[in-house]
Amino acid sequence: MESKRSLIGEFTKGLIEENATFRMAIGMCPTLAVTTSLVNGFWMGVAVIFVLTFSNVFVSILRKVTPDEIRIPIFVILIATPVVIVELVMNAYLPEMYRLLGIFVPLIVVNCLIIARAEAFAYKNSVIRSALDGLGIGTGFMINLMVIGAIREFLGTGRLAFGSVAFPAEPLFEPMAVMLTPPGGFVTLGVLMAILNILVRRAQLRKAKASA
Amino acid sequence: MTDRLLITSSPHIRAPKTVRGIMLDVVIALVPACVAAVIFFGVKALMVLVASTVSAVVSEYLYEKAVKRPVTVGDFSAVVTGVLLGLTLPPGVPLYVPIVGSAFAIVIAKQIFGGLGTNFVNPALAGRAFVLAAWPLHVTSAWLNPLTMDAATGATPLHAFKGGQAVGSLTDLLIGNRLGSLGETSAVAILLGGIYLLVRGVIDYRIPVAYLGTLGLGVFVFGKPGALFQGDPLRGILLGGALLGAFFMATDYVTSPVTPKGRTYFGIGAGLITLLIRYWGDYPEGVTYAILLMNLATPLIDRFVVPKYYGYMHDVEARRRAREGGR
Repeated sequence: MESKRSLIGEFTKGLIEENATFRMAIGMCPTLAVTTSLVNGFWMGVAVIFVLTFSNVFVSILRKVTPDEIRIPIFVILIATPVVIVELVMNAYLPEMYRLLGIFVPLIVVNCLIIARAEAFAYKNSVIRSALDGLGIGTGFMINLMVIGAIREFLGTGRLAFGSVAFPAEPLFEPMAVMLTPPGGFVTLGVLMAILNILVRRAQLRKAKASA
Repeated sequence: MTDRLLITSSPHIRAPKTVRGIMLDVVIALVPACVAAVIFFGVKALMVLVASTVSAVVSEYLYEKAVKRPVTVGDFSAVVTGVLLGLTLPPGVPLYVPIVGSAFAIVIAKQIFGGLGTNFVNPALAGRAFVLAAWPLHVTSAWLNPLTMDAATGATPLHAFKGGQAVGSLTDLLIGNRLGSLGETSAVAILLGGIYLLVRGVIDYRIPVAYLGTLGLGVFVFGKPGALFQGDPLRGILLGGALLGAFFMATDYVTSPVTPKGRTYFGIGAGLITLLIRYWGDYPEGVTYAILLMNLATPLIDRFVVPKYYGYMHDVEARRRAREGGR
C-alpha cells in the first residue's frame, strides 16, 4: 500500500502528526534515558536521524527481493550497518559524547522506532519517500529529545549549556534534583505528551468545524 | 404516563453528605494541628501553611480555567491538599518548596488524572514526595527549635530514637514541644482532629487503628537495636509523621479501599512498609512512601477483598446442597 502524501508531506508528518515519542509513543528508552541535558538530546537525535534515514533507504531498496517470512532479521542487519557507522564515527570524533550516551548508541539497533518505520513504511514505499520519511520522523524525534533535555536540564541544574556556551552564567534558582532522575523524565514526558495531544485535538476540532 | 415513570439506578437513598461538607469537616479537624504548629514554630510555620494552601487553590483554579473545566475550588478539596502538604514540611523550608509542592500535587497528581475522585494517589503526599526528591536537603533538615524558633542543627528525635537514644518526655511528645515537621509534632492536636473526624463519621476507624497498631507492634518487636521485644511502641507512634498520615492521609476516600476488610489490610500494609523504610531503608521516615505505595495497591485490594453479598453461599456448601436436592 503506497503512501498517498505529497513528498513534502512525507517529511513534515514526522514533526507533529506522526511524532514518534509524543504521538506514536515509540522509541521511549533513549527518550527517557539520555535526555538529562539539551546537548545529549541533540547528539542522540543526530545519531537517530542518520540511522533512520539510511535504514529506511536500504530496506526500501531491497523491499522487492526481501522474502516476507524472514524480513525482520533482514531489517535488523540493514539497521545494524548504519548503527555501527554512527558508533565508530562518534567514538572517533566525539569521544566525550560517546562516553555519555554509552550503551544507548549501539542500542539504536533494537530501537522500536527504527524497526517500526522499516516495517510500516519503508517496506511498502519507494526509496525517495522512505528517505524523506526517515528524515522527517528522525527530525521530529531529535526535537523531542532536545525539548525534553532542555526542560530537564534547566529545572535540574538551574541553567542551560550547549558546548562551551551556558545560559544563564549562574543558576537562577535552587535546582530540582528530581528532574535529572528517571521520575523527572517520566513527568516531563507525560506533561509534554498531554500538551501536544491537547493542541492536536483542538486543531482537528477546528478543522472539522471549518469543513462542516 | 410513561414520562412520569422515573427510572434511575441506585443509590436511591442519599445521605445529606456533600464533598464540600466532608472537606469542611477535614479543614476543621486540621485547625488544632495548624494552631499548634504556629504556637511552636511561629510566623514561619504560618507562612509555609499559607503558601502551600494558596498555591494549591490557585493551581486548581488556573488549571481548570486553562482546560475549560468547571472550577471546583469551592469544594475545599484543594484547601485540604494544601494544608496537609504544608503540615508535612519542616517549618524552616524556603517558601518555594510548599508553592511548587502544592502546584505539583494539584496539577500533576490530581487534575491531570481527572480531578477529585479519579486521582490514583493522595495529592498531598505526591506533592511531598516530589519536593522531597527535588530538594532533599531542605525537606529533611530545615528544622526549627520549638518556641525559640531558631534554626536547629542535629538529628530529629525520630533519628535519635532509631539509634536507641532517649528522646524527651512523653508529655513533650504529646503536646509537640520538639523538632519535626509542622504537623507531626503535636500528637494531641492531631488526635483531636482525628477524633473529630471519627465522631462526625468522616473517616473509618479501621485504617488508622490498623496502621498505628501494626506500626506500634513492629516498633515493640524490632525497635530496640540488638534486642527483640524491647522497643517503645508509644514513642514509635508519636515520633515521625505516622499520626498525621494515619488519620488524614491514609483515610483519603479516593485512594483507599472501599470495603471494611480492605481498609484493615490497607492499614496493616502501610504500617509494615513504614516500619521497613524506617528501620531498614535509607530514608529517615517512611510514612509518605508507605501510604503512596498502598494507594497504588488499593485497586488490587478492592478487587480481591469482596464482601459476601446477601444470600451468598460458599462453593462447597452450594455443591452439597445441590447434591442433596438432587437425591
